[in-house]
Amino acid sequence: MAVAALEGDAGPGVDRTSLKTKLRRAERLNRARSFSLVAPLLLFVLAVFALPIGLMLVRSVENTEVRDSLPRTMVALESWDGTATPGEGVFAAFAEDLVQTQKDRTTALVGKRINYEVPGARSRFLKAGRLIDAGGGGPWKDKFLANDAEWGSVDFWAIMKRAGGVMTPYYLLTSLDLRQDATGAVSWNFADQSIFLEIFYRTIWISFMVTLATLILGYPVAHLLAILPPKHANMLMILVLLPFTTSILVRTTAWIVLLQSNGVLNDALLALNITTERVQLIFNRFGTVLAMTHIQLPFTILPIYSVMKSIPASHLRAARSLGAGPLTAFVSVYMPQTLPGVGAGCLLTFILSLGYYITPALVGGPQDQMVSYFVALYTNREMNWGQASALGAILLLITLVLYAVFNRLVGIDKVKLG
Amino acid sequence: MLAPSYATPREKFTYLVFALYCTLVFLFLVGPILVIMPLSFSSEPWFTYPLPGLSLRWYEDFFFNERWREALYNSSIVAFFATLIATGLGTLAALGLSRGNVPFSGLILSILISPMIVPVVIVAVAMFFGFAAVGLNNTYLGLILAHAILGTPFVVITVTATLTGFDRSLTRAAASLGASPWTAFRTVTLPLIAPGVTSGALFAFVTSWDEVVVALFLASPDQRTLPRQMFSGIREQISPTITAAATFLVIFAALLMMTLELLRRRSERLRGTLA
Repeated sequence: MAVAALEGDAGPGVDRTSLKTKLRRAERLNRARSFSLVAPLLLFVLAVFALPIGLMLVRSVENTEVRDSLPRTMVALESWDGTATPGEGVFAAFAEDLVQTQKDRTTALVGKRINYEVPGARSRFLKAGRLIDAGGGGPWKDKFLANDAEWGSVDFWAIMKRAGGVMTPYYLLTSLDLRQDATGAVSWNFADQSIFLEIFYRTIWISFMVTLATLILGYPVAHLLAILPPKHANMLMILVLLPFTTSILVRTTAWIVLLQSNGVLNDALLALNITTERVQLIFNRFGTVLAMTHIQLPFTILPIYSVMKSIPASHLRAARSLGAGPLTAFVSVYMPQTLPGVGAGCLLTFILSLGYYITPALVGGPQDQMVSYFVALYTNREMNWGQASALGAILLLITLVLYAVFNRLVGIDKVKLG
Repeated sequence: MLAPSYATPREKFTYLVFALYCTLVFLFLVGPILVIMPLSFSSEPWFTYPLPGLSLRWYEDFFFNERWREALYNSSIVAFFATLIATGLGTLAALGLSRGNVPFSGLILSILISPMIVPVVIVAVAMFFGFAAVGLNNTYLGLILAHAILGTPFVVITVTATLTGFDRSLTRAAASLGASPWTAFRTVTLPLIAPGVTSGALFAFVTSWDEVVVALFLASPDQRTLPRQMFSGIREQISPTITAAATFLVIFAALLMMTLELLRRRSERLRGTLA
């Protein structure tokens, strides 16, 4: 019928067509108008938030150091078959490149990049730099080999060639405690460099403990808030929300003052003769989980509370009148209905816990630092931005997968604040 | 009071234990904050009870020391402009999304909310790299833009929540009576959604006001904010000035909370008359 109306160009069809077109045009205009309201924020978020994160993801596989600094060497290596030490051609090109890197002061940078995959390479590059500075001409191969026998290693040149590629899986593999040998085969990393999987396990384990603690502490409180008359419930709700709006730094400070070895809690324990000496309560796992639990508790309580609030009290009464004991009624009638809230609250707390940085940094020991801490460490102190980006990329992936699950189960538009 | 009237004595006892447990949890929630507040009035620089004596010297340090005063000033400037941007853009977006005819609105909403979910270190490091390329590092503008991003999800959420109870025929009535879209928005829509907008703005303000990680990465000492000043103070040695700053912030937060509560009541009242 629509086709007929569109095809008819005379008679009553004309009017119907124009009406339909008009309506469609009006709807399109209306959609465009709605979208134009959303567009400014969307563009802002995409430009200032999503784009930088996208660039960070690119950085986790980016591999510019060797390509930019040793272009001639890379060209010369193209025809190398990888079975024996490269010939004079490669070494001459390498010497030529090093003259340039010595001038640009980038020798150490290239050395640092190779050093990630071949321990000791940085000092070898610096030594080669001094050899170049000493002047003189070729043939270079013997000169390099005399300077350091390792320049003759086939594996070394294979790794050099690979490090000249546009992209590298090195940082992502290292983040998962994997390494690629000279032939490109992937295996577990050396024990002394395998630190990252443990950090991811630790991050997940701490987040899990915090989530569990908030659930154990929060579930009864949410129930209490839901069954009290509104007047009292609102009063108590302020006690939940006040810490919620108090700065994380303030709360972390409070825990340090309370828990440190000459702090308030230790004073009290001593004065009450509960302990005979000062107990280490902070700068360890206990302090970290405690402070994080304190910060996350409202995030777990609020979604559980809002679900409990919607469960009619008559359900429990009905179960009791049908002969169920108080425990049976609670466990088999009430609790199953609170599960959506429990899921929402726990998932939210777990997701947010994964990204903690400030609290573990201030109240945790070296063994309690989570992934975020190492992202910051590799950015600021180690200046290994590829590694920082790769760790960040994996953390981001875990977070976004859980966010998608949360969105599917709960719906982000159902989140309420206060 | 909690137990139903038909409860057996054993059940009543269970409820008593339950109430006691909840009291302890509430104590856990507010206790630490209440404990440090009096310490800021101590006359000596160590944290012991009973207080050796009372003094306002740490508040004097907080309000008159150059570094703290600068930090307070920087935080206010950054939070103010970040809130302005977040509230403006966030409210517009919520208005657009609530009209219900935006294509891919689910995806768009997930993107707009994601700054709340993505670990803040990732945001900070990504912006540190990204802003360096366009010269925004170590500037007020860079910090303001970053904080605005972190604040927008709260505005979108609160305004969207207010708009779900909004009666669309009101704006249509205004339009049929000859009001232009802008007049209708200004005189009909805005007054009704104002509580949601204000509480979103307050959340955005608090977000910027408390934010430390992004400030650590993006700000030079010139833009040192209050949380950043506190952070370096806690790292080195907790001076009682920090407890004074903390107390100041707690009272500030409590005032904001009360404002939120009043807004919530007002909004409920308004909705009551509309229904």
